Amino acid sequence: MRARVFVTLKPSVFDPQGTTVAEALHTLGYASVKDVRQGKYFELEINASTPDEARRVAAEAADKLLANPVIESYRIEVDAPAHAEMAR
Amino acid sequence: MTITNELIAQHGLTLDEYQRIVDTLGREPTLTELGIFSVMWSEHCSYKSSRVHLKTLPTSGTRVLQGPGENAGAVDIGDGLAAIFKIESHNHPSFIEPYQGAATGVGGIIRDIFTMGARPIALLNSLRFGSLEDPLVRRTMAGVVAGIAGYGNSIGIPTVGGEIGFDESYTGNPLVNVFCLGTSKASEIVKAVASGAGNPVYYVGAKTGRDGIHGATMASAEFDEKSAEKRPAVQVGDPFMEKLLLEACLEVMRTDALVGIQDMGAAGLTSSSSEMGSRGGAGVEIDVSLVPQRESGMTPYEIMLSESQERMLLVAKRGREGEVERIFEKWDLHAVRIGEVTTDGRLRVKHRGEVVADIPNKALTDEAPRYRRPTAEPSYLKEAQQLDLASLGKPLAVREVFRRLLAAPETASKRWVYRQYDHMVRTNTLVLPGMGAGVVRIKGTRRALALSVDCNGRFVYLDPFVGAQHAVAEAARNVACAGAQPIGATNCLNFGNPEKPDVMWQFVRAVEGMGAACRALDVPITGGNVSLYNETDGRAVLPTPVIGVVGLIDDADRIARRTFQTADDAVVLLGESRAELGGSEYLKVIHGIVRGVPPAIDLAREAALQRFLVDGIAAGLIRSAHDCAEGGFAVALAECCFDTGLGVSAELSRLETIEGFADIAALFSESASRVIVSVAPGAVEDVLSRAAALNVPAVRIERSRAVL
Amino acid sequence: MKFAIVVFPGSNCDHDAHYAAEHVLGQQAELIWHKDTSLKGADVVVLPGGFAHGDYLRTGAIARFSPIMQEVRRFADGGGPVLGICNGFQVLLEAGMLPGAMLRNASLHFHCEHVYVNVEQTDTPFTIACTPGRALRIPVAHGEGNYYAEPDVLARLEKNRQVVFRYVDASGQRTAAANPNGSLNNIAGLCNERRNVVGLMPHPERACELSVGSADGLVLFESAVKAVSEGAFAISR
Repeated sequence: MRARVFVTLKPSVFDPQGTTVAEALHTLGYASVKDVRQGKYFELEINASTPDEARRVAAEAADKLLANPVIESYRIEVDAPAHAEMAR
Repeated sequence: MTITNELIAQHGLTLDEYQRIVDTLGREPTLTELGIFSVMWSEHCSYKSSRVHLKTLPTSGTRVLQGPGENAGAVDIGDGLAAIFKIESHNHPSFIEPYQGAATGVGGIIRDIFTMGARPIALLNSLRFGSLEDPLVRRTMAGVVAGIAGYGNSIGIPTVGGEIGFDESYTGNPLVNVFCLGTSKASEIVKAVASGAGNPVYYVGAKTGRDGIHGATMASAEFDEKSAEKRPAVQVGDPFMEKLLLEACLEVMRTDALVGIQDMGAAGLTSSSSEMGSRGGAGVEIDVSLVPQRESGMTPYEIMLSESQERMLLVAKRGREGEVERIFEKWDLHAVRIGEVTTDGRLRVKHRGEVVADIPNKALTDEAPRYRRPTAEPSYLKEAQQLDLASLGKPLAVREVFRRLLAAPETASKRWVYRQYDHMVRTNTLVLPGMGAGVVRIKGTRRALALSVDCNGRFVYLDPFVGAQHAVAEAARNVACAGAQPIGATNCLNFGNPEKPDVMWQFVRAVEGMGAACRALDVPITGGNVSLYNETDGRAVLPTPVIGVVGLIDDADRIARRTFQTADDAVVLLGESRAELGGSEYLKVIHGIVRGVPPAIDLAREAALQRFLVDGIAAGLIRSAHDCAEGGFAVALAECCFDTGLGVSAELSRLETIEGFADIAALFSESASRVIVSVAPGAVEDVLSRAAALNVPAVRIERSRAVL
Repeated sequence: MKFAIVVFPGSNCDHDAHYAAEHVLGQQAELIWHKDTSLKGADVVVLPGGFAHGDYLRTGAIARFSPIMQEVRRFADGGGPVLGICNGFQVLLEAGMLPGAMLRNASLHFHCEHVYVNVEQTDTPFTIACTPGRALRIPVAHGEGNYYAEPDVLARLEKNRQVVFRYVDASGQRTAAANPNGSLNNIAGLCNERRNVVGLMPHPERACELSVGSADGLVLFESAVKAVSEGAFAISR
């Protein structure tokens, strides 16, 4: 089962990389892009029997290691096999 | 599987070379064998266009412990220690992917040093880019600098100096030459040999993937519009993995369980196994299915040609396997036994027990093709050497010229660059970047080593024989200005397509000039690198033979820096100034031309100058020393004052030249063998008489000093 | 007395710290591998600079889980002096032994240069021999030294006098230009509430001899020796 963890900087934290990316987009002509925040994306392949178990494991991984709670927050998506079939 | 002419061409081989392969094997090669030959016989690995000429270089000397032929050269620096060093290029990958191209270039040269048993202690780099007006060039430069910084800083080796040059000819062909220096006990230098029948062959480091396949052949080809498609060939570096490898390998080398070790660089597993076997006069048999792989379904061809980074091949003593494996485990590395040494002198590659390649080692290494390619004086040369100053019109006011030269990228401060390099890690750096030669101390001794990399490509373009002499002289002079006796050199020869007679002519003449200068200055070449095919759409780079010189300082308390030390010191100009504007920064920046002949160079005079500097600094008589290079005397004098709060008013003698250009020539002429030194007032007499004794022209030039 | 210098895979400045303690200061110093579970009777623990685990994921994020860190935490809980330099500071932050976090330098570039830091507190084991208010000239070399803490945490740090080092210019003024990385309040280093754990981004071990540019950093190591010999920060074993 695959869990996707999206880690982003908390809104109050200054993001110079995101700002630089936004400026670069503006130079390329994308004036409509108002702001960019840069984050990290992890894909975890987990041996879990239910989506909830996978989500729990991913959340623990995020709490312990993947995200730094002082400056980052995260959200999780789980691709359960049943959902994958529906997507097909 | 039929081997077609197209397949042969795709592998960068000529039909003649293919026939040689068939003759050597006594049959048609397998696809894996074709791949192996294609990389080992590529220009980058075989040096087929350059070998016959490189053989003319002076490579021996009383201090030389290891000359060309190993992974790096070594010279004796006293106290039972050796300095191990080399310079290498990673030009083509740095155009395709600047950050990773430069980063993996740094990784590669570092491995070449620690594979010899030396702990790397300093890095330098010599870079060339097109014009900074071009946004693509700016992006390339930013990427290259970031890549060098990213890798070097992470692995913890200080980048203590270097040089950066700009010219339109480098636009599609940036040059990224990286120099690395390490030290070890002279008796503990490790060689890259495979020997001892039955000794196990180990693979350690990163897993093998499909990166860099045909990287060696890419380095041996020009770019054209299709180059963008070659993108997947660039390797990605992992400095953390290399740090682990470095520490683990040095630890293994301290036991005596190792027979030989080599890093997997260009042509990866192929070059390391065949070269180690060749040097040891032995054979190597490996089974590639035992090689740790990062991707699935890799073929033997791919495994043999992969240029995945941060991998080492080593031969251990039979019976000592456990010791070796344990040390690597400590560093969370897996040393995997993939084969053994044999006595038949062949490289035998198996895949799941089945032989897929079986080639005599020597055919891949010592017996690789060697060409003496045709040379012809280039058609541009005679015309370009004509310089008619009068035709340039009335020169600008010298103040304006001076301002423009100081602002030109070539001479401007490179602080934006070296601030990104950790130049202090290991706490050995005695002279920081931007101050001439880099100087690092050798802990546990009173000594220090001074390092410099130099080349004026314009001079080489206008006269390769003389220009190459300038490169050697300048690098040696830079270390002498720090107070170091030059003791060894390495070279990175960056040229265009050697199949063109005019490029080959430049190469041969440059090697001849380099040899002459190295002999005259007693600086042997201990190894180096050749990078050919630096051309895009038929336009070659300025011929750029970069020379790296290592100098030895006996007493680290007696070194000289570039800048003036106090407001009281006298200023003496050493050397002879002439109206020599050929190939100068003045002509390039103010008039946009590269014309004339390079300044004359008298190697005997240069040797005397360097002798004078080394002795004078060791005696404590010379307080600062800075040579005149791009931009001539005026730029050098200004650089002596930067960041000191000191000013100087100096007087120069008039030079013989055409009407109107007297001041320009006096200030911006780039005559060779000139150094500005500062001396305590009480020592001036002594200094002038010592100079006279060595026939070094010397004249006190300061009229007044100021503190700003 | 003995310095223990922890070596993580990827640490680079361990040898420099060892050299400063043993060769320059003449004290006993030992390198402790991150997988060890004993600090071998050390009186002072140093987490050195470098790129532990390549700085992958986040600086110090993986090193904080090394087996030795349990011992380091126990040592600190008992009042023992702990100094985190650069990457070592980052490890202490990730381990929660110091408050806040590090972001990438505002310029997005790695900076290696000498800076001036003001010593604002002289009641820590690493500043006890410092002259109050005297700026030290010490090098920085980092790409992620931009210190961040939430507003209430930051306020508490200042109120508690936990900011030990602050970036200033040559004349001792706290200015934006003197700040090499954009860190909040020009914070270069701080201590925990108990004042025995200190972290700083500049490298004092690179400023222990004039020959390499500055000897202003030596006083941090001298302070540690003084603190241990005077028993001011003795560990309760």
